[in-house]
Amino acid sequence: MTVLLSTIALGLVLALVGYGVYLSFRVLQFPDLTVDGSFTLGAATAAALMLAGWDPFAATAIAALTGALAGLATAVMATRLGIEGILAGILSMTALYSINLRVMGRSNLGLVGVKTIFSPADALVRRLAGGPEVMLWGQAVPSDVVAQALTALVAVLVVAAVLWWFLRTELGSALRAGGDNPRMIRALGVSHEWLVTLGLMLGNALVAAGGAAFAQLNAFADASMGIGIVVIGLASMIIGRALVGQAAALPVLLASVLVGSVLFRMLVAIAIRTGLEPNDLRMITAVVVLIVLVVPGLFTRLTGSTLLSLRTKGGPRAAS
Amino acid sequence: MLRLEGVSKSFFPGTPGEVRALRSVDLELATGSWTIVIGTNGSGKSTLQGAVSGAFPIDRGRIWIDEVEVTGRSEHVRARWIGRVFQDPFAGSAPSLTVAENLALAERRGQRRGLRQLIRSSSRARWREALAEIGLGLESRLDDPIGLLSGGQRQAITLVMASLARPRLLLLDEHTAALDPRSAELVIALTRRIIERDGLTALMVTHSMSQAASLGDRLIAMHRGRPWLDVRGDAKRVWRAERLHELFSEMRREDRFDDASVRIVVPAYR
Repeated sequence: MTVLLSTIALGLVLALVGYGVYLSFRVLQFPDLTVDGSFTLGAATAAALMLAGWDPFAATAIAALTGALAGLATAVMATRLGIEGILAGILSMTALYSINLRVMGRSNLGLVGVKTIFSPADALVRRLAGGPEVMLWGQAVPSDVVAQALTALVAVLVVAAVLWWFLRTELGSALRAGGDNPRMIRALGVSHEWLVTLGLMLGNALVAAGGAAFAQLNAFADASMGIGIVVIGLASMIIGRALVGQAAALPVLLASVLVGSVLFRMLVAIAIRTGLEPNDLRMITAVVVLIVLVVPGLFTRLTGSTLLSLRTKGGPRAAS
Repeated sequence: MLRLEGVSKSFFPGTPGEVRALRSVDLELATGSWTIVIGTNGSGKSTLQGAVSGAFPIDRGRIWIDEVEVTGRSEHVRARWIGRVFQDPFAGSAPSLTVAENLALAERRGQRRGLRQLIRSSSRARWREALAEIGLGLESRLDDPIGLLSGGQRQAITLVMASLARPRLLLLDEHTAALDPRSAELVIALTRRIIERDGLTALMVTHSMSQAASLGDRLIAMHRGRPWLDVRGDAKRVWRAERLHELFSEMRREDRFDDASVRIVVPAYR
């Protein structure tokens, strides 16, 4: 039970990264590799600030802001300096590695015993349970694990709700349209450059917030913790999409990122249980993403039907 | 009204492959006029549209839409005054957004995009009406992703989108060239209805001689980066499709000569 809840908490925290990646890769259709750097930047900033005595929520907010700045840097390179998007992201990511070391002052920071964004929920759970353990389905679970899962759930639901609201506003819809069809949105009077800038800032703010939360969850920040995080974000998105299909409506897609992220953590947990080591994590990630990308198409080709009926919601019909 | 003064544009300048797509073009389109532009490949007709829409900066010259000079303004700023339909029927709408969302985005063309919800129920009746006018039963598909519709359906909606917020200038860039004959016919009929109903100033590029002969009140044939033939009213009516084909053959023959030896063959046509 403890392992399950921890896995869910981790999946929920990383769903923040999933949403960031969703904004840049899917909504904006911009392959943003800044993410690897901004995840660590968020973790480093939050850790450094909290060790300096900052309130964890303020530290996490500042961390998100630094992520937005990282996104801004990539956007400026891509839109104003004419650098290919993917290269702009790589440049930011590379520069951020040094910046993150500067922020932390060394290659890692421990956060053991520091008050985190999970502390208030922990205190609440302890008060309700009357002790440091909670009985869940007949098993004792440490209160901090319950608190982490609860806090992460609330945070992710709030983010998903805000995204759902935002992406249906005039501005958010323009962002979606701009990712779909830059030429069209320009012809409708919106600067595509501005949309890219906005999308990358929002996306990387979410990723950095995810990094900050991840650091607090694991009680450390490390200069290399962001390596491959973009693939983990993609994994949540892709697993989710495999479940609901391309043509799913916006709220379903948003929910699918969350579910995809948690599911992915469970797959990883199972893989580790079967004897793989945590060091194999990146390999597992890559393989899982590969499988999820290939299997639905293969399934359709072999059987002529799709994996789940939801997948074809409103499928390509009536092309007269 | 659209006015161009001495507009020039070269592609690949300073290289052996330099193309002088527009050569000091002067042009004035009266408010409410519908101008058809034809021309051989490379004659400059699409460059003319690009120069007006701001798709690229021009080398020399000035452009006004009504009393506003737009020469140095970027494409998305000019969108405030210009409605556009592209040749590619999929270029004018965002496939993953619904028909209603596409219409709502177009309705606010050139305006600031804020944090208000895009879709307001008060607009739906208006959109339904606009879609019903197309005559394809699209009014029942407001909430479908527009990517599910066919090219002809999307092009018809793009046309409606371009006219939702009344543009000072409507640019149609071979907007039926990629459609099957039936869809093309439908889109042309819709084009005519919308332009006439709203009294729009329109600049339409086409490769179809029958469209050039039957539509609009002014006809410009571009050749080598300049208007070569410019007729309107009764003078335009003389130009039937067959005669336009002859004009084309002549222009193509011209193309075989290099710059230095351009002959003015048809001054009588002007």
